[in-house]
Amino acid sequence: MTPIISVRDLVVEYDGRRVLNGLTLDIEHGETMVLLGGSGCGKSTLLRQIIGLEKPQSGNVFIKGVDITCCSKFDLKKTRKSIGVAFQSAALFNSLNIEENVALPLREHTRLAPSIIELVVWMKLAAVGLADRGKLLPSELSGGMKKRAAVARAIALGPEILVLDEPSAGLDPIVAAELDELILLLKHTFHMTIIVVTHELPSAFLIADRIAMLYQGSFSSVGTKDQLKASQDPRVRQFLDRVPEDIARTPVTEHFAKYLSASEAHQ
Amino acid sequence: MANILESVGERTIEQLDYVGSLNIQWWATVRAMARSLPFVGNRYRWKTTVRQMLEIGVDAIRMVSLMAICTGFIFAMQGASELRRFGALRYVVDLVAVGFTRELGPLMTAIAVSGRSGSAFAAEIGTMKVTEELDSLRVMALEPLEFVLAPKYLAALISVPCLSVISNLCGILAGGLFMFFSIHLPPGLYLRYVFNSIELRDVIMGMIKSIVFGTIIAQVGCLEGMRVHGGPDSVGRSTTSAVVKSTFLVIIADALFTALFYLTAKR
Repeated sequence: MTPIISVRDLVVEYDGRRVLNGLTLDIEHGETMVLLGGSGCGKSTLLRQIIGLEKPQSGNVFIKGVDITCCSKFDLKKTRKSIGVAFQSAALFNSLNIEENVALPLREHTRLAPSIIELVVWMKLAAVGLADRGKLLPSELSGGMKKRAAVARAIALGPEILVLDEPSAGLDPIVAAELDELILLLKHTFHMTIIVVTHELPSAFLIADRIAMLYQGSFSSVGTKDQLKASQDPRVRQFLDRVPEDIARTPVTEHFAKYLSASEAHQ
Repeated sequence: MANILESVGERTIEQLDYVGSLNIQWWATVRAMARSLPFVGNRYRWKTTVRQMLEIGVDAIRMVSLMAICTGFIFAMQGASELRRFGALRYVVDLVAVGFTRELGPLMTAIAVSGRSGSAFAAEIGTMKVTEELDSLRVMALEPLEFVLAPKYLAALISVPCLSVISNLCGILAGGLFMFFSIHLPPGLYLRYVFNSIELRDVIMGMIKSIVFGTIIAQVGCLEGMRVHGGPDSVGRSTTSAVVKSTFLVIIADALFTALFYLTAKR
């Protein structure tokens, strides 16, 4: 079976600095793929390529067989309708209330009657547990609620692919766990292909079917949760065992150590 | 010397690039405007246009009226102090009526709208860019140009000429009040003098100017917003830049129109 998303030899550079270094990845229908990695490793860049927000230097991204790196605007728009995206910042429209935010893609891309749109919006908000908060503005919601509202908007058109950028970043553990449950619920209820970018290990191990671990623009490991846990790759182990970088050699820490020893000697 | 030439060349290319971007954006917005029209367009977009018209037009009426009344008084008093020496006080009416219809009405309105709405456009779009709202529109298969810029431009095209008419009326009213209280000129006679002095050509020229000024303000405000990069400080800079650039371009356009009017006037 052809993968729903296929990334081939993807190279991305910003101002001559290589951010993604020839990535290749296949994501199957109905699979939950977690992109894991430290800050600045290229997770969000890969995500922006997958949703067609940026063009790569070379390589291809196929979504349902369409190469979105070089397709026409019409094909790109058509493909995007099958992808729902919830950004890290939620990116809700501040001038619209939550109901209007969720209703927006339905109003723009369907010819449904207003009463039907209202019903669909209520259903989507109920699915994320915000049915009674529809009239509130984004500024009146907590961080966790905003993210759930963003998920409701992302699933408004019933997309085949759901992309979530750092869904639990900046949230307390309870709200983060609620979001993980929501992702599992969406997966089982709507049978979506889900891509989650995160650096939260507990969350990744709970929701993932497979995990792709990025390190300095390349995959250091792609496999199931168990394969990742068993990996002996030093970069994977460092991340999973939470081992800091070799900080003892950095000039700042050396300077700080000298300062400490000098002040101790003075005392 | 070479450095100076290099710097001049660089600045010239930057300015040409800016004007080019402005023209490309204008043409793209014009093409996208059909969907913001009532009846033939998307019903929800027309609502956005109406909301923008209220913000650009209705909310600015008090400010524009007050500015026009004050300017009308100033213009009449300054004119009267000179014309009185030649016994030509009656020509204050011509000065105020023609001056406002051709020049001051559209110009004062443009300056007020540039300060209020041009800066608001830049701030709103810039914030949308920083908070990934524009990206979220793109991934929902919606073009920011169609969705955000077109309703603003359409609203400016309708509101700015209407505000100019109000400004003209208020300025002429202020002139009438001055004439009534200074030389006891009856209002009926004042109006007759006003109608005798204004030609249809003056009114049409004023309206064309207003449409062009509205275009400049909306396009510059939106372009500055779209050019925001980085964080909130960039939004602040774009807001200032929108007001400065749109006011400058409005005055340049006004000078060109006045020259055209002067050269094509009947002698």
